[in-house]
Parts: sequence; structure tokens; C-alpha cells
Amino acid sequence: MNILQKEFRHIFRDYRTLLIIIGMPFAQTLIFGYAISTDIRYAPVAVLDYSHDVETARLRSRLFASGYFRDAGEVYNNDGIEQAFRRGTVKMVVVFGDDFARRLQTGQGVSLQLIADASEANTAHLLTGYAQAIVATFLHERMAEGGYTATGIAPEITMRYNPAMQSAYTFVPGIICLLLMLISCIMTSVSIAREKELGTMEALLASPLRPTQIIIGKVLPYLVIAFVIGLLILAIGALVFHIPVRGNLFLLLGECLLFILLALSIGILISTLTRTQQTAMMVSMFAMFLPTLLLSGFIYPVENMPWPLQWLSAAMPPRWFIIIIKTIMLKGGGLQHCAKETLILAAMTFVFLSLSIRNFNVRLK
Amino acid sequence: MMNVIETHELHKAFGSFTAVDRISFAVAQGEIFGFLGANGAGKTTAIRMLCGLLKPTSGAATVAGCNVFTQPEQIKRRIGYMSQRFSLYEDLTVAENMAFYGGIYGLRRREVRRRADELCRRLDFGHARHTLIRDIPPGWRQKLAFLTAIFHHPTIVFLDEPTGGVDPLTRRQFWTLIYEAAHEGITVFVTTHYMDEAEYCDRLSIMVDGRIVAIDPPETLKKRYHADSMNEVFLRVVNG
Repeated sequence: MNILQKEFRHIFRDYRTLLIIIGMPFAQTLIFGYAISTDIRYAPVAVLDYSHDVETARLRSRLFASGYFRDAGEVYNNDGIEQAFRRGTVKMVVVFGDDFARRLQTGQGVSLQLIADASEANTAHLLTGYAQAIVATFLHERMAEGGYTATGIAPEITMRYNPAMQSAYTFVPGIICLLLMLISCIMTSVSIAREKELGTMEALLASPLRPTQIIIGKVLPYLVIAFVIGLLILAIGALVFHIPVRGNLFLLLGECLLFILLALSIGILISTLTRTQQTAMMVSMFAMFLPTLLLSGFIYPVENMPWPLQWLSAAMPPRWFIIIIKTIMLKGGGLQHCAKETLILAAMTFVFLSLSIRNFNVRLK
Repeated sequence: MMNVIETHELHKAFGSFTAVDRISFAVAQGEIFGFLGANGAGKTTAIRMLCGLLKPTSGAATVAGCNVFTQPEQIKRRIGYMSQRFSLYEDLTVAENMAFYGGIYGLRRREVRRRADELCRRLDFGHARHTLIRDIPPGWRQKLAFLTAIFHHPTIVFLDEPTGGVDPLTRRQFWTLIYEAAHEGITVFVTTHYMDEAEYCDRLSIMVDGRIVAIDPPETLKKRYHADSMNEVFLRVVNG
């Protein structure tokens, strides 16, 4: 396949683009992993303790031993709380009510208040969440130990599949999705549009090559590159962030291949509809990149979207792919657990592929 | 002499619009055939049909002995094609472009190298073999595009306005290459808007509104229309 060799030459000659392509998975994975981490570590937390007894001391040490919080000292009244927040030195204040130990031991309800600085809403949410979980566990244990009757129902919360609530677990599938989409769809559509723009496509069509050969030759290199990058991200995820692949690796790679194929066929379709590289780029960006980022459930949960966007999201291939990767990687599910999503992707691939082939042929006639 | 192109009542309509209206003509082997006409006269549509890129609506035509209706793929193997837009890859070297185009026409690697060597020697171009096309002056690029289009020794080469935007000196050099190709027996089918180039052709056809209204050697045409130059001939024919 001459066209294959030529395409690889194009790719390697343009070493800057190649560097970006190869460098991107590293950079993005690391950026998402470290900088944009939504995990909380050692958030400064102050305590307002009206009891100062053995149980509050225990709970306090339990909180600060968790690694999520750092002891930022004590405050002594409500004004102290306000000042600490104003200074910005604490993110949350834990208030223990009167008589904590006695009320706990006699089975009366204890009073405990969590006050968070919600000017950073996400952080506040996470902090109170973590703290609640720790407090709940603590109360549960203490009551069980002492044989006290539980006055309220203390929920026992377990974080399945990602016990440490690491954000790496969510962003690695997201990044795989994003980059595969980016390379397969944008690069393909731009490279085909470039041939059209320069007039070389006409020369190719007037040659003995069949249209299918031209397309396969143009697309295959990007399939290979996208696949290698998928492997690369999985490797970074496993080595740097210790994200396991709990399910079948080959199933996972097969699903990646399916998704790449889908993205490629969208890329081909876009290139048949556009005349220039620039438009191809813009259309790919708007049609694929942003929706992948915003509508796939990668960053914003799909459940929180208004229903028109939920519908739109259902039409986005990345959404299903992310579910598949998560199922296989994190939950260790097999094909039977993501059959529906796989079928959806396969159907989409079929539709886009036949559309783009039809379109490509129509253009010639 | 053998005819390389023969058309009979070749017709192409897009819906109710007739692009090419029952044209009949023949081009002999080794001939330089100028295919003239104003913009929109149907030249490109006709060329695309002859190249096997577009299926005719009706009529009959053979190119290099192959039927345009039933054997478009065989035609493509026997022709060369250079469009008005430049068709070499800018980010590949001269040698890589030739290897690529030679390769898609089924030339073996050794054959590609042999022909490239020969070309470079003939044009005294050896030093620039591994230069990227984008670093080569535009005039040379155009010549290289032509040489690449006939790299696989086609029976016939279609040139669709090959010299658009090229300076007169380079155009003259370009035509020297065309003569050489014709001398080697390659039929040249060329469209152009430059009437000085039309004078270089063995025979000319002029298309108006999808029909061929004149077809003869330049001298005959000039006599018939009582004109001193092809420019005048063209204007008289096109204006009716």
C-alpha cells in the first residue's frame, strides 16, 4: 500500500504535530492527575470543642488521621469561626456540642456541626462528605463497642470500585476517550480535507486506486497511532496513578478499536462534507471535541443535565465509550456487562461508515 | 495512425442541465490536442468523463482502447492526469513524490528508481532530488508535476489548465517538455486559456455551451475565421 507509506511520511515529516500527538497523552494525563485533581488532601480544618472530653479527642484524632484534613488549630466561639473563614486559613470547622462523651455513652443523640467555606462549593461539598463518612463510622464503632443502643440510623457508606475516591479513576477513561476522538476524528478529517484542498485528491481519484483503497490508506495510520496512544495512556494510568485494569485487557483494547473505528468514520464523513482543512478542523472541534468534554459525562454528570442535553448526550459516542471503559477497567465487568453500550457503538459505526462511504462516492459522480 | 480517443455523441446531463452536448471527435496517438472553450463550456466535465471519473449519460467513447462506460478502471491505469490545481505533496521530497505516484500506478521500486535517475540526469536536477517540494520554485514544481503525471508512461496524459498562474518563460519550458512527451508517443490532451499555447497544439477543438463548434489545426482555423492569431479565432468562435 503506497498510500499508507506516504501517509506515514506525511505524519513523520510533520514532526511538530507528531510531537504534540505523542506528548499530549503524557501532558494531559499528568495535568489531570496532579493539577486538576479533585481529591482533597490535608485541607486545613479548625475545631470548636465545647466538650473537650475523651470522645471528642478520639474523633478529632480520627479525623486528622484520615489524611483528608490537617489540624488548623482551635477556635473558641462563633466569632472565631467567622474570623478563620475570613482569613482563609481554614476550609471547614467542626463544632462539637456540650457533653459529647456523656451523651454518646448514654445513648442520647450527640450534637456535632460541620461548617464549611462554601465559596468553593465543590471543595466544601467534598470536605463535608468525607467528614460525615468518618464521623458516621466513628459513632457506629463506639456504639457497637459500648453496647449502647443506637439512637439514630448511622448509614454505613462504602465507596465501591474506587475506595479512596481518586479522581484519576474517572479521568483516565475520560482522557482515553478524548484523545482517541481527537486523533481519529480530527486528524483524519483534516488529512483528507488537505488532499482535497491541494488538489491531490483529484490526482488520486484519476489513478487506478479505488476510493476504498484511498480511504483505507489514509485512515489506517491514524488508527495505528490512536491505538498506540490508547495503550500509552493505560500504561501511564497503571504506572503513575496505579489504576488497575480489572477486566479483560483484550476486551478493553477491542472496545478501544471499535471506538477508534467509529471516530475515524465520523472523521471521514466530516471530510466529505467540508472543502478545506480549516472547516474540517472547526467542524471536528465543535462536533466532537467539545461534546466529548462537556456532554459525555467525563466532567459533568449526565444525570444533572436538563433533558434536552441528556438526549443530545445519548447521541454522543464518547458517553457510551466512557461507560464501557469504566465497566471493564474499574468494575472488572465482561462483555455481558457492557453489551448494550457496545451494540450502540457498533450501530453508530455502521451508520457513520456507510454514510461516509456513500457520501464519498456521491462526490465523485 | 491509431486513434487513442474516440467519442461518438458523448453526452452528459446533470438533471435538466446539459453540460456536454453529444460531442464526437477523435485524437490520434502522439498528437497534441488542444481542448479550448470559455469557462463553463463543459471542458472539465468532458475530461472527467474521458478519465473515467464521471459516467456519461449517453453516447459512446473509448480511451486507450477502453470503453468509458464499462472499463473506467482500465482507463485509469493507462492515463496520466494533471489538474489545474497543483498535485504534488509539498511536504514530501521530489523522489518521494515520484515513488508515490509511480507506486500507485504499479511500478516496481527498482523501476521507479531507474526512471527517477534518468529524469534527474536529463533535467540536471540530481542535486534537488531530496528537496521538499515546498522548497522548490513554483516554475520547477509545475514541470515536476507534469513529469510525475507521465512518470508511468501513460498512453495519454490529460492536462487541465496545467499552466495557470505560471510566467511566460516557464510556460515555454513547460511546452518543451510536452513536445518531448509527444515525441515519445504519449498523446497530450490539454486545456488552456492561453492562446499562445493553443498555437503550439497540433489540433484544436473549441467548445461552446457543451458542443464542439470547431475542430482543426490552428492554421486552418485562422484561415477559416480570417484571423491573424488564435486569440481572434477564439473570440469570434465563442461570440458566435
